[in-house]
Amino acid sequence: MSRSFTVPMVLARNVRKSYGAFEALRGIDLEVGPGQVMCLIGPSGSGKSTFLRCINHLEKISAGLLAVDGDLVGYRRGGDRLYELRDREVCAKRAEIGMVFQRFNLFPHMTAVQNVCLGPVTVKGDDKAAVRERAIALLDRVGLSDKVDSYPTQLSGGQQQRVAIARALAMQPKLMLFDEPTSALDPELVGDVLDVMKGLANDGMTMVVVTHEMGFAREVADSVVFMDAGAVVESGTPEQVLGNPQHERTKAFLAKVL
Amino acid sequence: MNDERAALPTVPVRHPGRWVGALVVLVLAVMAGHSLFFSDVTTATGLHRERFEWSVINEYFTSDIILRGLVVTLQLTVLAMVLGVVLGIVMAVLRLSPNPLMSGASWLYIWFFRGTPVYVQLLFWYSISYVFPTLSLGIPFGPEFFTVNMNTAVTPYVAAVVGLGLNEGAYMAEIVRAGILSVDEGQTEAAQALGMSRLQTMRRIVLPQAMRVIAPPTGNEVISMLKTTSLAAAITVGELTNGAKIIYSRTYEVIPLLMVASFWYLIVSSVLTVGQYYVERYFAKGALREMPPTPAQKLRAKFVGLRNPGGVR
Ligand SMILES: Nc1ncnc2c1ncn2[C@@H]1O[C@H](COP(=O)(O)OP(=O)(O)O)[C@@H](O)[C@H]1O
Ligand SMILES: [Mg+2]
Repeated sequence: MSRSFTVPMVLARNVRKSYGAFEALRGIDLEVGPGQVMCLIGPSGSGKSTFLRCINHLEKISAGLLAVDGDLVGYRRGGDRLYELRDREVCAKRAEIGMVFQRFNLFPHMTAVQNVCLGPVTVKGDDKAAVRERAIALLDRVGLSDKVDSYPTQLSGGQQQRVAIARALAMQPKLMLFDEPTSALDPELVGDVLDVMKGLANDGMTMVVVTHEMGFAREVADSVVFMDAGAVVESGTPEQVLGNPQHERTKAFLAKVL
Repeated sequence: MNDERAALPTVPVRHPGRWVGALVVLVLAVMAGHSLFFSDVTTATGLHRERFEWSVINEYFTSDIILRGLVVTLQLTVLAMVLGVVLGIVMAVLRLSPNPLMSGASWLYIWFFRGTPVYVQLLFWYSISYVFPTLSLGIPFGPEFFTVNMNTAVTPYVAAVVGLGLNEGAYMAEIVRAGILSVDEGQTEAAQALGMSRLQTMRRIVLPQAMRVIAPPTGNEVISMLKTTSLAAAITVGELTNGAKIIYSRTYEVIPLLMVASFWYLIVSSVLTVGQYYVERYFAKGALREMPPTPAQKLRAKFVGLRNPGGVR
């Protein structure tokens, strides 16, 4: 009962995004409470990545309302008006949201620990030595204490993705976005990354995860949202959406991925 | 069947063509060496002299005028390249700006300076005081705060640095732009997702990675600039080629002095080539799993291997 009084970490009301005449998002409504894990599933091109990118303002929404932790994404309320945020303010908001990409996007000219340290040092201006200590602890947490000084090319895909997760965590985000974090990995490496994510979820991190790993969704997610053609088709608990889908499109999609 | 084949001796492919080719090269080399070092010519007046006059080359190789010219050549190369690289980065970033006025201005700059000969540009800067006798700092179309006499401010040396640097900037802009575009978009995205500003992203993420693409052609540009500075002789700058010219217009020993200059250019460009190798290697950091050994390291490994054969490296 008390949940209805807490501010949702992510709140989307009729979120729309167009590229020219093409509508990638056609009115998304959803809500992610603090400490909750939401899994976004759906066929390729359904707008999952676009929606994630809107949440940390890598894309600007065309219409609707999108708020993170009670603040509108990209705007600041002043009296009865909304002021568009300056670049600096947008950066500050993004710093509170971690993002993990399908293709890792580690910085190849930096070692694992340098990748993890970069954000806190350049964005927050934290003390270098302290950050390095924290970074090493984070790398240890994702099981890479022996790869601290390795360059990304010297790491396997699974190891790179775990460094990427540590890099995002180093900013001490209040929300983590994952865009198909295991899709580019060899099957035997998927488990290690999912284990790290499960650990995060257990520690109470709020997470929005785009994934095709139905086992993970079933085990970890508080809610599952099925998207198709830029709209939410069906949402609910994992048992509802994955175990007892109501819509034909959901059924057809699940038949394909399961 | 397999065992039978394994037991037979193998005959490597023969390359008779390579032997013929090598012989031709050897003969040509002996001929070149002979005419360079051991042959004489008879002049119209019946005098005998060394064909390439090595004694003259030797006499002027470290003469004052030549050495002073060499220093000026090196200065011009460094200054023009610094100006060129700075302008190149600025112009490349402007060119990629979403603001059409910015990218348009950069386009115009590149179009003009790449489209006219650098020799003409040098003459233009040398004569700049003809069109702009004075340069003033002030409010556009309003009062002026102070004024510079261009005739005295733009010495031939200054004209050479400005001319060569502005021209170089146009080429460097294209090189830097290609480098920036070579960096994966995911890199910018990851940096932005961390909350880094555009400037931080450019400086910490994009440019360092772009350097891998920018460094090799920039090395070429430096070597090319070393030689292009000889055009400054046309506007009376006392650089290396001009030094040689000053001497041979007095002694008429044209070829030996051109060889003096050439040897110096070769020496400097050889040093630059070695430097280029190490700079490129530095910026390849992280792009390769393991760095290939440098020539020096290879040589050392070979000698250590000779001393204790069978030993571990
Ligand atoms: N920058 C863009 N310009 C034009 N169309 C885009 C752009 N980004 C995404 N799209 C389109 O939006 C749709 C949704 O893309 P995306 O969010 O990446 O899908 P998903 O992640 O679900 O596979 C796709 O049809 C894609 O082609
Ligand atoms: Mg996607």
